[in-house]
Amino acid sequence: MQKKSKARKSMVSSLMPSLGSLAKRGLAGWLVIIGIVLVTAIVVVTMISPWIRPHDPSTILVGQPLVAPNSQFPFGTNDLGQDVFSRALSGGGIMLQVSILSVAICLLIGVPLGLFSSYAGGIVDRIFCLIMDSIYAFPGLVLAIAVAAMLGRGVTNMAISIAVVYVPSYFRVIRSQVLSIKEMPYVEAANSIGAKTRTVLSRYILPNVVPSIVVIATVNFADAILTAAGLTFIGLGVPVDIPDWGWDLTNGRRLLTSGAWWVITFPGIMIILLALGFTLIGEGLSELLNPRLEQ
Amino acid sequence: MNREPAHLLTVKDLAVEYWTRRGIVRAVEDISFSLDKGETLGVVGESGSGKSTLGLSLIHLVPYPGRIIRGTILLEGQNILKFGNKETRDLRGRRISYVFQDPMTSLNPVERIKNHFIELIRTHEPKVTASEAITRTRKLFKDVGIQPERIDDYPHQLSGGMRQRVMIALALALNPSIVIADEPTTALDVIVQAKILDLLKTLQDTYGMALMLITHDLSIVLERSDKIMVMYAGRIVEQALSMTLYAQAQHPYSQGLLKSIPNIELAEQKLTAIGGAPPDLRNPPTGCPFWPRCPYIMEICKIKDPPLFQTSKDHFAKCYLYGGEKSS
Amino acid sequence: MTLRSYVISRIILTIPMIFILLTMVFVVIRILPGDPVLLHFEKAENLAAMEEMRHRLGLDKPIWVQYFEYVAGIFRGDLGESMQDYSPVAQQIWSAFPATMELAIFSMVVAVAVGIFFGVESSKAYNKPQDHMIRIFGIVAYAIPVFFLGMILQITLGVGLHLLPTGLRFNPTLSTPTGISIGNVHFSTGLYTVDSLLEGNIYKFVETLRYLFLPSLTLGLVLSGVFIRLTRSNMLETLRLDFVTAARARGLSENKVTYSYALRNAFLPVLTMMGLQFATLLGGAVLTETTFSWPGLGRYIVDRIGFRDYTAIQGAVVLFGIFVSVVSLVVDLLYAYLDPRIRL
Repeated sequence: MQKKSKARKSMVSSLMPSLGSLAKRGLAGWLVIIGIVLVTAIVVVTMISPWIRPHDPSTILVGQPLVAPNSQFPFGTNDLGQDVFSRALSGGGIMLQVSILSVAICLLIGVPLGLFSSYAGGIVDRIFCLIMDSIYAFPGLVLAIAVAAMLGRGVTNMAISIAVVYVPSYFRVIRSQVLSIKEMPYVEAANSIGAKTRTVLSRYILPNVVPSIVVIATVNFADAILTAAGLTFIGLGVPVDIPDWGWDLTNGRRLLTSGAWWVITFPGIMIILLALGFTLIGEGLSELLNPRLEQ
Repeated sequence: MNREPAHLLTVKDLAVEYWTRRGIVRAVEDISFSLDKGETLGVVGESGSGKSTLGLSLIHLVPYPGRIIRGTILLEGQNILKFGNKETRDLRGRRISYVFQDPMTSLNPVERIKNHFIELIRTHEPKVTASEAITRTRKLFKDVGIQPERIDDYPHQLSGGMRQRVMIALALALNPSIVIADEPTTALDVIVQAKILDLLKTLQDTYGMALMLITHDLSIVLERSDKIMVMYAGRIVEQALSMTLYAQAQHPYSQGLLKSIPNIELAEQKLTAIGGAPPDLRNPPTGCPFWPRCPYIMEICKIKDPPLFQTSKDHFAKCYLYGGEKSS
Repeated sequence: MTLRSYVISRIILTIPMIFILLTMVFVVIRILPGDPVLLHFEKAENLAAMEEMRHRLGLDKPIWVQYFEYVAGIFRGDLGESMQDYSPVAQQIWSAFPATMELAIFSMVVAVAVGIFFGVESSKAYNKPQDHMIRIFGIVAYAIPVFFLGMILQITLGVGLHLLPTGLRFNPTLSTPTGISIGNVHFSTGLYTVDSLLEGNIYKFVETLRYLFLPSLTLGLVLSGVFIRLTRSNMLETLRLDFVTAARARGLSENKVTYSYALRNAFLPVLTMMGLQFATLLGGAVLTETTFSWPGLGRYIVDRIGFRDYTAIQGAVVLFGIFVSVVSLVVDLLYAYLDPRIRL
């Protein structure tokens, strides 16, 4: 009984100092902290929104349509009389789902491909590289639009479209890491004692590659959110009545000429904060892992 | 009353610190010396002894995050450290020139050699036309021993030795009163080294400038300078005429340096290195900075940093062997 | 490696990449959904009409034949036929393409100008408050959805100040710039800025710029973050190099050192980055064109999605791909030409 609680304690205490130690690492550490705070805050708010929002975001005519922000409706109402504040609190769900899913797909496909291709080397590697480079060189959003247009709407399809665009980034990052590690003495040593390829990859190379994966995944999150917003704006979003920031931006566009700035501004800010949060984490982590020698 | 004649350059109590993220480094401490017209001063020390920082201070170019925190540098009676921007820029390249250590990286890679000169001359003498500048450049090239056609080349087209000659030519272009050469031969191979050093001597005869030779190689300055300053951990530990230093080096560090110079004439010799390593200047040891490596330490050495004792007319040594409190 | 061999190898490399691109688009549009015609009609009701469309567009042939005709067509300049009215896609996008190109060029100019300016300022004020503010601006700029920024600018600068138009490419009350005719030859680039100058019509030129301003500012600002960071880090690195200190030691002014020495050496990576960012730029252009009703290739694609006109989408996307490959090639060649170290 005592052993178990001790083990649990040490596990917790090994996680906690890591947050505190981040603060000591200077500006980069702070970036990561702020980023994590932002992201966590938004995720939490989105999840508990059904309990904290003042009105149901989908109900129309909770108030007069197109009312500017006031004490009753802090973010105003849109053309359907829906409360913009409640929509801002609840609108992140789809975006988060899409980005999590697309990052997951990228990890499942991009990482193994990168590992395999760079470790195998030779003509296999060159072919994969050529394909990946071609996809990478292509305008990302255009490709996502093309894929999304063909697949149709929906969370999964959006995630797939986005994943297609970003798999090459993962591939490249993994590959460059593996190539530099491949030549290291400890890998040679492992090979010389006859370790299986699978073992070498998982025990030696993968752990060293993990930090880079984390960095590219966080940056990818930010990009995924922005791309999802973009796809929604084009009209390839999710055709459900769930409150969604992207949808509010699209819908609010035609209200601009009547001067109703609040309908798009607040959802837009939410998107920015979420993307910014992930970007900060990625920036900070990247700096911590590969400190730029500016001194 | 003996009034000393005014020197060309007088440095008094100079101290320079680097304010880094990991602490304040005292790179240069308590430096005082003088330099006269046409004189050659050798400044010797290991890397990290502060000699380059000292050189850069003389043109007020200590790089960020360094600051000159104390002292005066008098050039022909004027305190350089009090100069405004314009005067400082006028000083650099024209009154005092600096030749950098690594000729491979000291020239602008995307600019032809001649443009370096045109730019330099016209910055300080705006009335000079480009073609006049080129004429002067050709003459300079003759003086330093490069074919004049090379002025059209890009830096990467020249060899290391040639680039160093270009740097020297740039340093002399405006006839400065002092040329500071920071490790002018370290990045070059041995044969070229001797040629460059000889060149500097010849040019000194022609142009009459004072020369400050900064190096880690004591053998170079023993031959070619009038007086020598030995630096350690940012301080001057010994100052003497070259011949005096060679004959009677007083500070244990200078003695160690002398002993480690190989002598080509001796058939067999044991090279004695100085044991240990230079101190971390963020956390220097208390007392004399050399004590961890000194064969003659006394108790006092570990406690108090010795002052510079004058042991004869032109000889100074910063060591308790030559004065001050001795532990009983 | 010599300039010549680099040029040749680089051009040769582009060919397989374009092929992969074409294949990719083909796979996505013709193979991925199974049957693009079915997708177009949405419901399998009017089988006769569907068969007719398949036949007219050549979509009933075996896949390999389709692929071959597709690639061959592209080399001829044939980008397929629209599902809506069977008119050639190539003709439909004839004027859309220059519109996108003009927007792309001006946006890139804005991005690089803003990037270099703030990057240099940031490096000069290293670690001081301005430096931090500029860096934050750079990070935030990239996190803003480009269409959101566009809308904000429309409200504030367009509607709010009544200064600038918020949509369209040119003043509808004027005839669009068409270039100049010398003898029997007509010179027209499709870029209104150039064409209006060719016509000698300053008023049209100014109008073009007025309409270009907001869209290119939007797209340029979002992209500038990358250039700010690149310029800043290159400048910081270069300013530390020996030849910069040596230049200062010769008495050259800070301005000269910053611009003539440091910036010139830091500029080449900016050029490379321009090439790398071009693809992202085009993606952002799609959204910008939609926001500002800019009649370019991006808006064409978005419109066609509404019509479920998949062959048209295919043609436009192919053009995008080729455009990017060509630009990237040009940038690489330009870089090789400019870097004196590669030349010799």
